[in-house]
Amino acid sequence: MRYITSGITLTMLTDKCTGCGMCMEVCPHEVFKAEGKRVVIAAKDRCMECGACELNCAFGALNVSKGVGCASALIKSMITGGEPTCGCSGTSGNCC
Amino acid sequence: MADKLSEIKFTLQPAPEPNAGQSDGNSCCCIPQPLEAEWSGGVLQTPAGPVCRVSTELTRKDLWGRFKCRVSSFRDSYTVPPGLYAVGEPGIGPDGGSDIFVSANYKFSFDMLRRELHGMNAWILALDTKGINVWCAAGKGTFGTDELIKRIGAASLAKAAGRGRLILPQLGAPGVNATGVRRATGFRLSYGPVRAKDIPAYIRAGYKADRDMREVKFGVLDRLALSPMEIIPAMKRYPLFALITLLIFGLAPQGIIFKDAISGGLPFLLYGLISVLAGAFLVPVFLPFIPFRSFAVKGWITGAAAFVITARTFAFFPYSGPIGPNILFWADLVFFPMASSYTALQFTGSTTFTCISGVKKELKAALPVYIASAAAAVVLLAIYKLLVWRLL
Ligand code: SF4
Ligand code: SF4
Repeated sequence: MRYITSGITLTMLTDKCTGCGMCMEVCPHEVFKAEGKRVVIAAKDRCMECGACELNCAFGALNVSKGVGCASALIKSMITGGEPTCGCSGTSGNCC
Repeated sequence: MADKLSEIKFTLQPAPEPNAGQSDGNSCCCIPQPLEAEWSGGVLQTPAGPVCRVSTELTRKDLWGRFKCRVSSFRDSYTVPPGLYAVGEPGIGPDGGSDIFVSANYKFSFDMLRRELHGMNAWILALDTKGINVWCAAGKGTFGTDELIKRIGAASLAKAAGRGRLILPQLGAPGVNATGVRRATGFRLSYGPVRAKDIPAYIRAGYKADRDMREVKFGVLDRLALSPMEIIPAMKRYPLFALITLLIFGLAPQGIIFKDAISGGLPFLLYGLISVLAGAFLVPVFLPFIPFRSFAVKGWITGAAAFVITARTFAFFPYSGPIGPNILFWADLVFFPMASSYTALQFTGSTTFTCISGVKKELKAALPVYIASAAAAVVLLAIYKLLVWRLL
């Protein structure tokens, strides 16, 4: 399943990347791929902008504007003017 | 059902802050409440104070709680006290070195984890995520670097359990900076698999998760399990919708006419139900098979199809009233697929692949359409009423 992918904000500064592979460990959608000793963004359109890779890259090579892809959170934030945060508690790890 | 609920609530009341520094048996982190819970398996004495041992069997009560989490707001208060727990006979004290699994204090998440640790000797460190699951809490930051560091300190983890491998659920990664935690506490973090059920395989493979274990899935069963939480909130608005519908159709210059309210309003009420069902059940379940990537569009298509099928099946057209069937048809067509679309859009919050940039784009396009459709429906209905009252 693919979502609207044209606005995805993930970028990598290739010269900062050491190929440590941490991003591959944390990414839940197999966005990264090892290419020899380097790691590259292989499938940017699978990114859900969860922010795990940026937070766990110790070398500051990754950048993504993290957020919950949740319509009701966004609508709420438009009305209240606050940050979109997920108001649910959800189950089984699938949640906004 | 109600007494069962209060019973669980009573036994699982969060205990006061874990105070593992005290060695007095009665001030244990988890005494008295969790000890009474069926999932508790006694107390382990550690140099940092007593620690509760949990069973790896889920009781009927646990399963019942799980079910209720799926369908009700019960999940909002289904917690375990944060802190350290033992599974089996883990190594005690600074030289312990058994694996330490980190979890949320949402009992559903906690239960999934302890069940998979059957036969192992390990620790569980439950973070205070305010009773929210790992994935959501990591998004909010409550399952996060700061909380983990704080909890490691509060449980005197190195003293109680030693410096074993700290295994985090991979879905906690959006909240936790592994390097930051290592610098602050000296503990080494590993990200385990996405699903707790892969933990035994992950350990067998030498603490390595393969691609499959690293990937979030979103199969039809996941989607089916999530649909009650879409349907129920949507249905909460239904009584108001029904009331307004009956008022509109019953309203006449002479007052409210019941016969008209029922005969005119009935198709509307049915369409309302159908549009909720289309948006909150059909779209989630058939998600990959409905064309277009946009959830709003998926919802609209499904809603429109469901509307037309219902209208034809029940032969609501032409409406029985003398005037205005066409106007009503257009009002329905404008309104109900839009309602399905809006409901379907809410499902973006439950999926595992929608990104915020996409939802923003989608909203930007959809909101003006929603507002315009709602306005058009109101105008059409008003014209219909005026025709019926012979004022036009
Ligand atoms: S975590 Fe950062 S440094 Fe390591 S492979 Fe990924 S991008 Fe490169
Ligand atoms: S933001 Fe999340 S989904 Fe996107 S690449 Fe990073 S870890 Fe993967």
